[in-house]
Amino acid sequence: MSKLSRDDVLKLAALSKLRLSDDEVEKLRGELSEILSYVETLNQVDTTGLEPTYQVSGLKNVYRPDETKDYGYKVEDLLKNAPATQDSQFKVKRVLE
Amino acid sequence: MSRWPAIDELAADVKSGKIKAVELVKQSLKAISDNQEFDAIISTLEGRALDRAAQIDKQPAGRLAGVPFIAKDNFLTLGGKTTAASNILRPFEAPYQATAIEKLEAEGAICVAKANLDAFAHGSSTENSDWFVTKNPHDKTRVPGGSSGGSAAAVILDMAPFALGTDTGGSIRLPASFVGAVGVKPTYGRVSRSGVVAMASSTDVIGPLTKTATDAALVLDVMSGRDELDSTTIEKAEASYTDLDFDWSGKKIGVIKEYMQEGLDAGVKAVIEGSIEKLKSAGAAVEEVSLPSLPLALAVYYIVCPAEVSSNLSRYDGQRYGYSAKDAKNLDESYELSREEGFGAEAKRRIMIGTYVLSSGYYDAYYKKAQTVRTKIINEFSEAFSKFDFLVGPISPTPAFKIGEKTADPLKMYLNDIMTVAANMSGNPAISVPAGLAGNLPVGLQIIAPMASDHQMLAAAKAFEDLG
Repeated sequence: MSKLSRDDVLKLAALSKLRLSDDEVEKLRGELSEILSYVETLNQVDTTGLEPTYQVSGLKNVYRPDETKDYGYKVEDLLKNAPATQDSQFKVKRVLE
Repeated sequence: MSRWPAIDELAADVKSGKIKAVELVKQSLKAISDNQEFDAIISTLEGRALDRAAQIDKQPAGRLAGVPFIAKDNFLTLGGKTTAASNILRPFEAPYQATAIEKLEAEGAICVAKANLDAFAHGSSTENSDWFVTKNPHDKTRVPGGSSGGSAAAVILDMAPFALGTDTGGSIRLPASFVGAVGVKPTYGRVSRSGVVAMASSTDVIGPLTKTATDAALVLDVMSGRDELDSTTIEKAEASYTDLDFDWSGKKIGVIKEYMQEGLDAGVKAVIEGSIEKLKSAGAAVEEVSLPSLPLALAVYYIVCPAEVSSNLSRYDGQRYGYSAKDAKNLDESYELSREEGFGAEAKRRIMIGTYVLSSGYYDAYYKKAQTVRTKIINEFSEAFSKFDFLVGPISPTPAFKIGEKTADPLKMYLNDIMTVAANMSGNPAISVPAGLAGNLPVGLQIIAPMASDHQMLAAAKAFEDLG
């Protein structure tokens, strides 16, 4: 399965929260199909008996004390990049109509 | 352009009062302004840099006292914007700094400017930057490599004695090779990524770009170590990386067979073969070694990387920071329009591929399979390092390519990373050291070292430089 349909691309775009233009959908359909065909070459690799590796540092369960810590950040600095705020919180558009 | 002395000498001269940090910052800013045609720099931090320099001049201290540097624009810094060369972060002002920046500042270094990159570090040429394409200092019609292309070009243009980059699939080593700089990809976990815009979290590392291995060792030494803000950071066994004593005699070097085969540019091949001869003459035992799964690392990378990218870029939702679409009617439309208008073509491509390979029904066939092939690659490295001290080969099949040559075909662009990605998938440290010229274009020798052997790798790189 490597040739994507237009509907496949639109479904991926919806999952990715991207509102693609018609031109982008058509372009990505070709490009994604080509990239997926390339990575599918891995299907021919024999990996019998091997486990997947998800991280390479060898570290396990790095804990810290469950305590609050003051890093000296000011709330207004942390919110200064937000498009809209109210009462020290992010303000977003209506969710329910 | 005037060259910078060695970084330790520079810091010593600032501490002794022989030179002023303010003068160094001005020299750096002048080199930036004199070389604007190369488009290496997105923004300067002039105000903050000069203020810091004036402070340092009052009481100079630290191993990097007064030394100017340039950070890739995906490091959070105070005193200006941090954009990751992306439209969606165009207005972003960081509220805090990356741990790496904090550590360098604590030793007296001064961040002077932010360097260009492929947006979100997605690319191999800086052509995916939403700002402009950086030009190779050796040939303005060619790319500097990427994604840390602005940082690499800045070092060669003497804009600062060192620059910082990030390497997720080769993004420090490739531009270092293309412009003739030293570029270090440390062991995974060596340097904290806190405050660096995340790309693929299981392979992202931070490292220096410099003119010499000695300078790189000092900078890496300052940046490395555990950080409670990045729980993937590892302990550093050595007290310091700056003692670079090394002897080639008795060292076993493996030349990676799969990287020396057909498709390798004749000029690159000649430089690498010449380097191998130098190592032999110096007394190293050099042999060819086969790691047959290494070329598979690229396909593994282009599953794992987009998967992690799609997850890491989900935070750009137009609600908390970054670009936010103005005329959205509801929250969902605000997400979709902010991301559609804010992300460039390559970010969208990677988000879509990542979403595909992680989606239910495809996860095992793509993501899990890729991570299992990753184990195979790691096993081959482990076996090779049971016989060899270092593995060597080229960084890239060709020297710097022409601007525009590969932009029409994303897969062709991805293939630039074929010789660098394996070390990212395995976590091993690797370095690009200038090795010679193919025509008028620089070629780097890649030295890959066993896990956590960053210090030995830097010493070998210095010893290779000394062979001339």
